[in-house]
Amino acid sequence: MPHIKSNGRPAGEPLVWLTSMGLAVGLAMVFLLLYVIVTNGASVFWPKRIYAWTISDKGQTEVLWGELAKSQKKRVGEGDEIQIYTGNRDAFSASFRYVDRAVITTEELPKGVIAIERLEYGNAIGLPVRLALADGTTIPAGDDAFRGRLRSLVSEIANRRDVISVLEKERIGENSRDIYRQDLSVRRGKRTGDLAMVADAEAEIARLKLSYDELSATATALRKLQSADTLIIGLCNHKERSIVIGQIVDFHFPNELGLAARIGTTIENVWKFLSENPREANTEGGIFPAIVGTFVMTILMSVVVTPFGVLAAIYLREYARQGPFVRAVRIAVNNLAGVPSIVFGVFGLGFFVYGVGGAIDSMFFFDRLPTPTYGTGGIIWAAATLALMTVPVVIVATEESISAVGRGAREGSLALGASKWQTIQRIVLPAAVPGILTGLILAMARGAGEVAPLMLVGVVKLAPSLPIDGTWNDTDLIPFLHLDQKFMHLGFHIYDLGFQSPDSDAAIPMVYATTFFLICLVLVLNLTAILMRERLRKKFATGAF
Amino acid sequence: MSTATTASLAAALPQSAADQPPYTGNQAYIKISTFDFFYGAHQALFDINMDIPERQVTAFIGPSGCGKSTLLRNINRMNDLIDGANHRGDILVGGKTIFDRNLEVTSLRKRIGMVFQKSNPFPKSIYENVVYGLRTSGISDRRILDAACEEALRGSALWDEAKDRLQQSALGLSGGQQQRLCIARAVAIKPEVLLMDEPCSALDPIATGRVEELILELKKQFTVVIVTHNMQQAARVSDRTAFFYLGKLIEYSKTLSIFTNPSVKQTEDYITGRFG
Repeated sequence: MPHIKSNGRPAGEPLVWLTSMGLAVGLAMVFLLLYVIVTNGASVFWPKRIYAWTISDKGQTEVLWGELAKSQKKRVGEGDEIQIYTGNRDAFSASFRYVDRAVITTEELPKGVIAIERLEYGNAIGLPVRLALADGTTIPAGDDAFRGRLRSLVSEIANRRDVISVLEKERIGENSRDIYRQDLSVRRGKRTGDLAMVADAEAEIARLKLSYDELSATATALRKLQSADTLIIGLCNHKERSIVIGQIVDFHFPNELGLAARIGTTIENVWKFLSENPREANTEGGIFPAIVGTFVMTILMSVVVTPFGVLAAIYLREYARQGPFVRAVRIAVNNLAGVPSIVFGVFGLGFFVYGVGGAIDSMFFFDRLPTPTYGTGGIIWAAATLALMTVPVVIVATEESISAVGRGAREGSLALGASKWQTIQRIVLPAAVPGILTGLILAMARGAGEVAPLMLVGVVKLAPSLPIDGTWNDTDLIPFLHLDQKFMHLGFHIYDLGFQSPDSDAAIPMVYATTFFLICLVLVLNLTAILMRERLRKKFATGAF
Repeated sequence: MSTATTASLAAALPQSAADQPPYTGNQAYIKISTFDFFYGAHQALFDINMDIPERQVTAFIGPSGCGKSTLLRNINRMNDLIDGANHRGDILVGGKTIFDRNLEVTSLRKRIGMVFQKSNPFPKSIYENVVYGLRTSGISDRRILDAACEEALRGSALWDEAKDRLQQSALGLSGGQQQRLCIARAVAIKPEVLLMDEPCSALDPIATGRVEELILELKKQFTVVIVTHNMQQAARVSDRTAFFYLGKLIEYSKTLSIFTNPSVKQTEDYITGRFG
């Protein structure tokens, strides 16, 4: 008889199952999240078929044209209902309708239905009737030239829209910046008693105002051309409706698209979503400014947080005498990571925006007061606030990677007569860079996804210009990078779309799509850092070091 | 003493004193006087007195924990890095105390190089490893660095193996090559003294042989102090041998006499392998 009985299985084996279950549950949740985001977000881009539903309810018969948005159980035990995207918000006052499946008598795909993407009021859905041109001629929809003419008109007005945008944003914008600059000279002249300066500037302002009038007259004339032609479509309630061509962004005939064309349209829609400015209180158009804002803010945050965190960690690990005080500091730093982010937002508003920004304004931008320049929310303050929030992550990661650098290399360096700082700079830090980058990746992931503190220190629903572009403002410390400007952010954009938009039904898929691209952006930033880290690892760890 | 051990040690010794040129260096280049050393409350060295001659190889032997490495690491003040380390007494190198308050420890370490038990090349190129000490001294003239690199690598018998791969990572070298690179790195800054802390303990016999040849070559220019656990090695490379036991210097004299005619019983027991 052996003293120790074995039941044929080593002790602790079930724990292996437990650990793998933990991982499996975690992965399943992540994939579920991604699945929900991707499938819901994709519906923004996929051109759906337009159905004609005949509804007979209480003796009344009605036809609805629209896309199938959603199909669901009304209540437990009851029948299905569908949500139809009918578009034409201007005509029907709402763009969605819920209809009971039970009252639908027929469902068919009407031929020749057009879906028109407009600057305002969402999509229009209907049957094209005729084109009414500025010269009084009309082209009926049955004419062979109809579609070609419509396409050429739409691309013509798109080009003109670009011209107007350049004129208004760049030329008129530059003009008003010049006027503002001269106005500052007037104020400075009055303050210092330099009357010649005041007179010069006032003359210049008068000249600039003349050229402003010219520019704005040109813009108005161009705008008038935009509304010269109209397209008349027939709606499902047999009424006709005219749409000014200038309002049309794009159009397609969804029931005539083959698979290849639908995929092509999807890709085109994704590209437009990524590259265009938002319209209609952010519920239409693209998210380009939000992507740029998030990207620039995250990079700025990394630039601020890395030196801070690394220097603090070097001091804590290499120079400070290890004792109860340093231990207390370390605990305090770690706890800083647990402070609610909104608290950092409030601190950032009080300290960075009003304190530091206000001081900068009163020192360098005195003439602009009471209009604040740096003394109001801006991308630099948002970056600084998030840097403060994520600095513990960088400190902890840096401390750990510094302490992991072998004693051998340090002693080798010191024995060669290198000073402590030289050893840190040439031996310890290069070897610790991969670990520092790990900390930075975590910091970026947290910073890029943060919304609450940003709402206090510089995020806006709609920013008039990008934080980085081709103009060199007087307030720029770094050319073309407008640190003082408010900016748009994907995280805030999601909140704004989902909870602040006038048409929340229309915004839901946009919320998912924006979320998807926020995740993509964080992924791209992280992948860049990971690739950098792998390269450095290869460089430093080609042996038993 | 057993005949087998004596025979093998005698074989390792230099054939005769006549083979070597007459010795003319300073007999007390490093002077250690009444030196005590403490790790906190624990005393690791007791009243060490010894003179280490210039341009000779002096070996420290003794069982683990006897304090030989501690003494070695005191000569270039590497023990400063240890919290709670403390000493009494003095060490003079070239007639000057190394504990002078006005002396920068970095300049002391540039005069007294050190090679460690485990080769510790930096994760940099071979070239950058060799010129590291020069760069930290503020030399950046490419010609000076190139010349110093070649000289140091030739001096450590690594030039032929490394000359075509100077810009490659030092971590790609073999263990023996890495240790010779560490020696090259130490001699590149032209120290006066070279301290070696068991430099061959992690090497195979062939690599060990090459490092030993190198040590014999190096003593023409440098004062070498070597800690070793290998009795044959001490016999082969050193001119003088010091035996330490429990923090005390038991016996210190010419290698030939310590291995053939030890005057203390403990020394004899140790070198014949009866303990330790």
